Amino acid sequence: MNGTTVETVSEAVVTVENASFAFADRPVVDDVSLEIEPGAFLGLVGPNGSGKTTLVELMLGLRRPDSGAVRLFGEPAHAFDDGERVAYVAQHATKAAGRMPVTVREAVTMGRYPHRLVGRFSETDRRAIDNALERVDLTELTDRRVSRLSGGQRQRVFIARALAAEADLLVLDEPTVGVDAESREAFYDLLHDLNANGITIILIEHDIGVVTNHATEIVCINRELYFDGDPETFVETNALADAYGAEQAVLEHDH
Amino acid sequence: MFGTTASLTLFAFAPFDWFLDDLYGAFMEVLARVLGMPALEYAFMQRAYLAAICIGIIGPLVGTFLVHREMSMIADTLAHTAFAGVAVGLFVNNALSLSLAPIHSALVVAVGTALLVELLVQYGDVSTDTSLAMVLTGGFALGSVLITATDGGIAVGIDAYLFGSLATVSKASVGLLVFMTGLVSAAVAVAYRPLLYVTFDATAARAAGISVTWYNRLMVVLTALVVVSAMQVMGVILVAALLVIPVATADGSRSFKRSLLAGVLVAEITVVTGVTLSYQYGLAAGGTIVLTGIGLYVLSLVYRRLGVPTRMQHRTGRWRLNKLSERIHGDATAEPKADGGSDDERR
Repeated sequence: MNGTTVETVSEAVVTVENASFAFADRPVVDDVSLEIEPGAFLGLVGPNGSGKTTLVELMLGLRRPDSGAVRLFGEPAHAFDDGERVAYVAQHATKAAGRMPVTVREAVTMGRYPHRLVGRFSETDRRAIDNALERVDLTELTDRRVSRLSGGQRQRVFIARALAAEADLLVLDEPTVGVDAESREAFYDLLHDLNANGITIILIEHDIGVVTNHATEIVCINRELYFDGDPETFVETNALADAYGAEQAVLEHDH
Repeated sequence: MFGTTASLTLFAFAPFDWFLDDLYGAFMEVLARVLGMPALEYAFMQRAYLAAICIGIIGPLVGTFLVHREMSMIADTLAHTAFAGVAVGLFVNNALSLSLAPIHSALVVAVGTALLVELLVQYGDVSTDTSLAMVLTGGFALGSVLITATDGGIAVGIDAYLFGSLATVSKASVGLLVFMTGLVSAAVAVAYRPLLYVTFDATAARAAGISVTWYNRLMVVLTALVVVSAMQVMGVILVAALLVIPVATADGSRSFKRSLLAGVLVAEITVVTGVTLSYQYGLAAGGTIVLTGIGLYVLSLVYRRLGVPTRMQHRTGRWRLNKLSERIHGDATAEPKADGGSDDERR
């Protein structure tokens, strides 16, 4: 995975140009432009319902913008089909998957599916899976059912799945909801290490403290872009208050 | 679907005859003597068992994916629209003096509805629940109207489709079931990984470049095939049971692969027991099979609640400890789950 990150240094991982998106006639993302460089640890913050998840879905090509353009690894995001470069842990993913009879190993193996949808797994595939399990310290629990793990352990399963994919971009939507404080700290340390190894990370997080501590770049939105820059500047500006204040205004406007 | 079954009738009949009479039939005769069950020597019972065994394979094979996507209702919906398909076939036969097998029109209608239902689920404004209920009752309504529209002349034989029948399982319908068992098993084997990924985490699967839409379509079409080919034995009203109940019984499995295998195993026990009981006591086959399935489910539930660790459950000391404290304190004090945990974690 290091090889590919070296190759792509010059190319932005994600480029969003004046992207807008609305559900029916309710705009959720309005004229947002930003660029994410390889190796970035981007913290995406904003009040509830501010369009964070939608913006990420636009970036991953899961939705198409009504206007503007979104590029993922240089290609139009919606047409991007190199699935093995991207790993996404959606909001509540761990909770939803909690009921199925799936072992830790099975779940992590899914990370290799984009590489090999049919046929036998190669030695490389198996090594990637083993390495991923080791990396997140789940080697002891490979045969456990995912539903029987604690919130923090489950979270690590999903990270291991992303690692097994050997993806260049890791996208996490509020990954620590329902995870205890201790596991949360360990989890962010792990993300920090991964980022140090060259994986680009986009993290949606409502805990502003966590984001400013770990991220190298902050994007604050509430439909519109309120801030895009480094955490130090973000703390000094009024962007956060503005973004949350705008929500208030929108709510009042609606009534 | 017309093509496959038609060509099956044309090309595969001779080898299938050989299989049914000389191979399977001979085996069943030996089995009849060994077990002291003369019923196994009757050709119609042999066909019934073969049909049941096939249904026991393909039911859970597709059902496991459906149940874990929480789409079990789709099986029931498609079964009821397949009934409309049967009625359409009988109606067209009656009106145009043709002799189409109603099962063919049922296949076409069910596969068509399957794709329609998938569209409704994806783009419909109404909730999935509501649209399924509408399609289910709509299909059944269409069936009943078509039947009465032809002076009741075609009402004959409808009972067999509604409640299923073992005695009337023809060679052609067993042939169709054997063929479908091959087809469905092959499809699930080839598409196992994307189907599992889509079932487990659809959003991540999409982000990883797997076409969730196409695999959803595949899943509903496979469901339609299973439901229609099993309909003649199980009956329209009860056929969905074999896609759901054995899967629920096998839910204690640890891995997904095991749960598939356990589902098939449970279904086989269910159908063989059900068919045997139904013949022995002259009961409706479909109903007997479903009640047997539910009986096994209740047994598995009791078994799990009593805390007897089976091979399928993990056997850590922690789990036993939890069970113990559960019995002592009267509540399940398992590991703290910030998300509240889910029910089956305590089983």
